[in-house]
Amino acid sequence: MRQSILLMLTAVAIGGAGVMNSAAKPISYMLPDETAAFKPGTNLDVVQNNCTGCHSADYIQTQPRGEKFKKDFWLAEVTKMIKTYGAPIEDADVPKIVDYLSANY
Amino acid sequence: MLDRREMMKRVGAGLAALGTTTAFGSVKGFALDTVTMPFDNGERPLVRYPQKRPMIGLTSRPPQLETPFSIFNDGALTPNNAFFVRYHLSDIPYSVDPDTFTLEIKGKVDRPLKLSLKEIRKLPATELVAVNQCSGNSRGFSNPRVAGGQLGNGAMGNARWRGVPLKTLLERAGVQQGARQVTFNGMDGPVSDKTPDFVKALDIDHARDGEVMLAYGMNGEDLPLLNGFPLRLIVPGYYGTYWVKHLNEITVIDSVFDGFWMKSAYRIPDTPCGCVEPGTAPKATIPINRFTVRSFITNVTDGAKLKAGKTTLKGIAFDGGKGIKEVAVSIDGGKNWTPARLGKDLGKYSFREWKLPLKLAAGSAELKVRATGNGGETQPMEPLWNPAGYLRNVVETVRVTAA
Repeated sequence: MRQSILLMLTAVAIGGAGVMNSAAKPISYMLPDETAAFKPGTNLDVVQNNCTGCHSADYIQTQPRGEKFKKDFWLAEVTKMIKTYGAPIEDADVPKIVDYLSANY
Repeated sequence: MLDRREMMKRVGAGLAALGTTTAFGSVKGFALDTVTMPFDNGERPLVRYPQKRPMIGLTSRPPQLETPFSIFNDGALTPNNAFFVRYHLSDIPYSVDPDTFTLEIKGKVDRPLKLSLKEIRKLPATELVAVNQCSGNSRGFSNPRVAGGQLGNGAMGNARWRGVPLKTLLERAGVQQGARQVTFNGMDGPVSDKTPDFVKALDIDHARDGEVMLAYGMNGEDLPLLNGFPLRLIVPGYYGTYWVKHLNEITVIDSVFDGFWMKSAYRIPDTPCGCVEPGTAPKATIPINRFTVRSFITNVTDGAKLKAGKTTLKGIAFDGGKGIKEVAVSIDGGKNWTPARLGKDLGKYSFREWKLPLKLAAGSAELKVRATGNGGETQPMEPLWNPAGYLRNVVETVRVTAA
């Protein structure tokens, strides 16, 4: 476990150092690791399986909060992911994802 | 560019790593610090990315980085390492070889072209200072709040772009009769092939107006990777959604492009103000286009405590391409207005700096700034609203206390 953290820190250091473009081309770079994680909660596994292939958890974490941003809001978002962006989310998973998001965000 | 499997592997590795750090109680260890935007749920990490100084991290995959607002007080040009970053889709190019990169121009043209970066750089170059602003800049201030990237005011920047007019390349290719639009595609793409690729379109006459350009240079340097290296589209006066990054495919078409990112996304209400009654849906929409006029005070932050007496306010203003005619400042909450002195004119698409020496009486004050463009458009005193949170240009207010 400790070793994997060290490896990651190395990756961050390289990313932070910026662009690798000594004499050799092409120009390559690495992005730093993600800073946000999903909150623990029921159906977290379903959310991770369905959402994280395309985007990081901060896409959800930074959305507006409050009573107006619960089930209807998250159902609209999940529906947009499926219909507009072609996310391969099974019908049975939709209510689980919406429940998790409404309960935790 | 990574293939999809490689991308998923990276994602998997990232998640595994996140799990590890979570076990230690914090994933914020990789952020330098946090900042809090002045709206609910506005806490953001300050993050460090390649070729960038610490930036406000909105999302990490795909990366979206906002410029810390204090940068705009440093000058009219936004440094490359502080310029905001916005991607839509996660398969972004992690590796670009400038020697093998090619730009293709095809479709309704007599002579389809495939140009290397070297060939593009050999063409007569042009330079233009222009603001790039994300359509969703300031969305976090929308009231009622709306879904989308919850940005403060830092998804904008002003740079000196160097490159080739698109007109030059379209003339070389020979646009055919009946051409109606030109589409632009970059190297970045979706993770899933079911997700619409990010492709934008301009009308043919706009595309060959001589101002729309393909830039390889930004403030005297190559474009940063995250700002579109090696080549991006510059559409002066227009929102950033059209400024396609890593641009490698230009197609002339004889129809109106109906791709998702034109037909369904980035639309504004088809009303004179681009707005609707807050909380309601527009009857009809059109693609977002030119910036609305905006101005900001940059040297005083909201809630600041100042010395009573002589002080100087300064800031920036810009509009959709007619240029700034006047900037006026009020220190009494909008009752009386005094024209500010405009700074150097870097062109009608640029930030225009302004300055105003004044006297602040002891007590609290509401400072306001309002710009008027050469076309006569000015900023509303109350915010306008639309469902996507676009076009925000309310007169900004900074509350201060002088003692």
